[in-house]
Amino acid sequence: MTSTETRTTGKIGDSPLRPDGTLKVTGEFAYSSDLWHDDMCWGVTLRSPHPHARIHGIDVSAALALPGVHAVLTHADVPGLNRVGLEHLDQPALAEDVVRYQGEPVALVAADHPETARRAAKRIVVDYEELPALTDPRRALDEGVPQVQPGGNLVRELTIRRGDPAPQAPVVVALDFEVGMQDQAFLGPESGLAVPDGEGGLDLYVATQWLHVDQQQVCRVLDLPPDRARLHLAGVGGAFGGREDLSIHVHACLLALHTGKPVKMSYARDESFFGHVHRHPAWLRYEFGASEEGRLAYAKADILFDGGAYASSTTAVVGNGGTLGLGPYNIPSVTVDARGVYTNNPPCGAMRGFGCVQAAFAHEALMDELADRVGVDRVEIRALNGMRDGDLNITGQLIDSAAPVAELIRTVRDLPLPASPEGERDIRDLPGGASNTTHGEGVVRGIGYAVTYKNVGFSEGFDDYSTARVRLELTGGEPVATVHTAAAEVGQGLITVEQQICRTELGVDRVVVHPKNTFVGSGGSTSASRQTYVTGGAVKAACEAVRAAVLRLASARLGVGGLRLDGDKIVSASGEVLASLADVLGAEAVEETVEWHHRPTEEIDPETGQGNAHVQYAFSAHRAVVDVDVELGLVKVVALDTAQDVGKAINPDAVVGQIQGGSAQGMGLALMEEIVVTDGKVRNPSFTDYLIPTILDMPPMQVKVLEYADPHAPYGVRGVGEPPTISSGPAVAAAIRAATGKALRRVPVRPEHITL
Amino acid sequence: MDFLAPSTWAEALAAKAERPDALPVAGGTDVMVEMNFDHRRPGALLDLTRVAPLGEWAFDDGRVRLGAGVTYARVIAELGSTLPGLAMASRTVGSPQIRNRGTVGGNLGAASPAGDSHPALLAADAVVEVESAARGVRHVPVADFYTGVKRNALEQDELISAVLIAPPSGPQQFCKIGTRNAMVIAVSAFGFALHPDRRAVGTGIGSAAPTPRRATDAAAFLAGELEAAGLWESRAALPEGLAAEFGRKVRDAAAPIDDVRGTAAYRLHTLSVMARRAATWAWDEHRRAA
Repeated sequence: MTSTETRTTGKIGDSPLRPDGTLKVTGEFAYSSDLWHDDMCWGVTLRSPHPHARIHGIDVSAALALPGVHAVLTHADVPGLNRVGLEHLDQPALAEDVVRYQGEPVALVAADHPETARRAAKRIVVDYEELPALTDPRRALDEGVPQVQPGGNLVRELTIRRGDPAPQAPVVVALDFEVGMQDQAFLGPESGLAVPDGEGGLDLYVATQWLHVDQQQVCRVLDLPPDRARLHLAGVGGAFGGREDLSIHVHACLLALHTGKPVKMSYARDESFFGHVHRHPAWLRYEFGASEEGRLAYAKADILFDGGAYASSTTAVVGNGGTLGLGPYNIPSVTVDARGVYTNNPPCGAMRGFGCVQAAFAHEALMDELADRVGVDRVEIRALNGMRDGDLNITGQLIDSAAPVAELIRTVRDLPLPASPEGERDIRDLPGGASNTTHGEGVVRGIGYAVTYKNVGFSEGFDDYSTARVRLELTGGEPVATVHTAAAEVGQGLITVEQQICRTELGVDRVVVHPKNTFVGSGGSTSASRQTYVTGGAVKAACEAVRAAVLRLASARLGVGGLRLDGDKIVSASGEVLASLADVLGAEAVEETVEWHHRPTEEIDPETGQGNAHVQYAFSAHRAVVDVDVELGLVKVVALDTAQDVGKAINPDAVVGQIQGGSAQGMGLALMEEIVVTDGKVRNPSFTDYLIPTILDMPPMQVKVLEYADPHAPYGVRGVGEPPTISSGPAVAAAIRAATGKALRRVPVRPEHITL
Repeated sequence: MDFLAPSTWAEALAAKAERPDALPVAGGTDVMVEMNFDHRRPGALLDLTRVAPLGEWAFDDGRVRLGAGVTYARVIAELGSTLPGLAMASRTVGSPQIRNRGTVGGNLGAASPAGDSHPALLAADAVVEVESAARGVRHVPVADFYTGVKRNALEQDELISAVLIAPPSGPQQFCKIGTRNAMVIAVSAFGFALHPDRRAVGTGIGSAAPTPRRATDAAAFLAGELEAAGLWESRAALPEGLAAEFGRKVRDAAAPIDDVRGTAAYRLHTLSVMARRAATWAWDEHRRAA
């Protein structure tokens, strides 16, 4: 809620310090959970304990009777359309007659103390009739199973048919793979503050990934026009896709409008596990046909995603899983069937890697299988089959910029390997660490490789754009640029990138990043690795418009044409310095707002799956080295090295940071991260039992950044954030297979999968 | 909820006698989690952090008298060579922050089958010193202290004052299985001690039964085999297969369940491996010490 202003000389290609960095390291950064307003109330949510139940009635009288309670609301109090959803309006903001998953919001309480609100929520009596629950997605489309949604249990089915419909090949390999439910596990819980304006409208301060789509959803439920519900980005403590759907947004606003008081909501950790969608668990059946030399002739894939009780972004996840699910390989004949289904399990939606993560475990395991079968090295088989610039992918789309699959996988192979262990070792370097389970007994080293590609930006015909407003004026005699976008900074470093672009384009040192809110046009979602590309493109375009206006101003003042801006100097066509930027600006403020769209994409053909679905592809490869205690099934990742083509590293430090974090998150899915759901109920909604890697689990990384500019993208950038999350996990899984000799067709790999 | 903050041990005992519903709290690393999850709403909290003597340890009649409020961090820093098994267990507790707050006394109070200190205390034949205002001090052998899942032998008016642990006459080991390399609750754990002075073996099993427990038959078996083969005197290498057989007998002493952290079968398997390895390491150390 405060402006961030930093003075550095950092232009694109430099790594200026991020303005929020010191505050975050010293614990002073204001996250959304730190929001405060005098005389605010606290809101809490009552959630369904059942995966599937009919609601016969809700009695709120005992809750309302508790002193300190200001409001208790149910679906009956929703003024507008009681529906939310990113792609399908299928989810009530507050449950009506049916609850479809454990944790579905049923009622809200506002009270003057959070403990009072919680106690009041416990006094709400909901008359549930439990219904049979559909909890096995593999049965979702069978006859006679519970119907989760009125339109049936299928969210989306995608088919791709390309090349020979009945292909044959001398070498055939196949496998089944299963991926568990990963959580985004961001550290900042869902939280926000809704402040009524006394005139029927309000301001909502919230941690999110896309202010404008939140605003649309809030306004629909509240029955307000956009100018009456203004959204402001609060400090975001991580997102990874888990903040694309609504959490507290509508609920806090309902309570605020009803009570006329500011209302804060902030989930505790256990509630957070129920308050956002997760990564889809997936069941994958793959088959590769190849020549004796290992060149792919065909591929078949059958992919099932468990979408849970509401669609969220399942449609697009199926789109990605299907169109990208065979990996960055040239495959002449293709059969893909990908489905997303409704169940009474927790809803699943966006998470970093978005449909590609699950598929990569399968296609990379199968690629190793093929390599071994035909006797080709596991690196070289990927180089042999890897896409190149000018190839067509499985939807028939031309790959029209760098696709350095062979170079990436060979690069990671050629990086130095960690030293082989000799002599007595510090137990902290061994599987189990300080838990002292081995002094070297049973420890076997394994190496694994994986490569991936991922779409950048929104796909399949979505009009994907961002808006930037850039203002240039003198402050204290010095030119200062102010950049205003609604694009969410979720920790990835976008505000630094916006500053770097303004400095580069306008020759100014000082760039103020305006607080993010809905007072400027949409910035699009902070997801799909798209903000540096799309909002970066918008800021660049707005700067160019400002620069052109300044030069027009200079021409008028100086009476000469053909001017250009060189640093902060106005220069003539012959290169003579005519004036400074400050001279020309004087008392004027030059401001331009630009809406910038990336290249259009197309919907794919519903029968063949062919079409130019994606705007850009990003490629990465990983090599993992693991030590496995094969007797106990414990794993220590010794090295996790990577190479990635980023097109152009706008901020090299931030690029490496994204790659390190993404790699850790992918490794986490391979080793330990899983929401365990039994009969529709989450068994581990805590960081005690939902494990994410610690510093003792994550090895140091060698990161090789390649910069093959994409000629179609601003500055040649390629999205960075997601590929590391996709190729790291399969490399770790491959390394464990190499160490243990076990097939390991499920992730996370649990110790008992190795030992029993 | 009332918050009782005695500054002396006598006040603490009086408070507990007056308020049997008061839940003692030291580091809060268990109690506060339980309260945050709303698993527990005691009528009062009895904060023991102001009772200075609880935070002290000293040698007392040949044993270490470890005050109930001594943190894991201090066990590691100050007693690493004196109480090696307990120090090894302490190193596996949570994170540095948790080790700075959490106490061995608190672990005993919570009496979770997964508490990290229990297998080490069992293997070392520790004794729990408890006290009430009405009846004074009594000493409970640690094996008798755990009475059920998260239940212990304390009477309603009693508090844990200290743990008494004899410095070892032989090597000790502690091993713990978790699904990541730090900050993890035990899937299973094993404590081991060689007592050459009395030609005995100490064992402790964690997270694999309703309470922490000993592998009594396994310990007797191994001590007997060492005796029969004259190994206590000779310090010769363990006969082929002895450690493995000990491991199997330790496994047979456990009664684990399947839960979200691991399967019963995996817990049993890991106990046999940990017991075999721990016994081998301890015996090798014993031989080297000769």
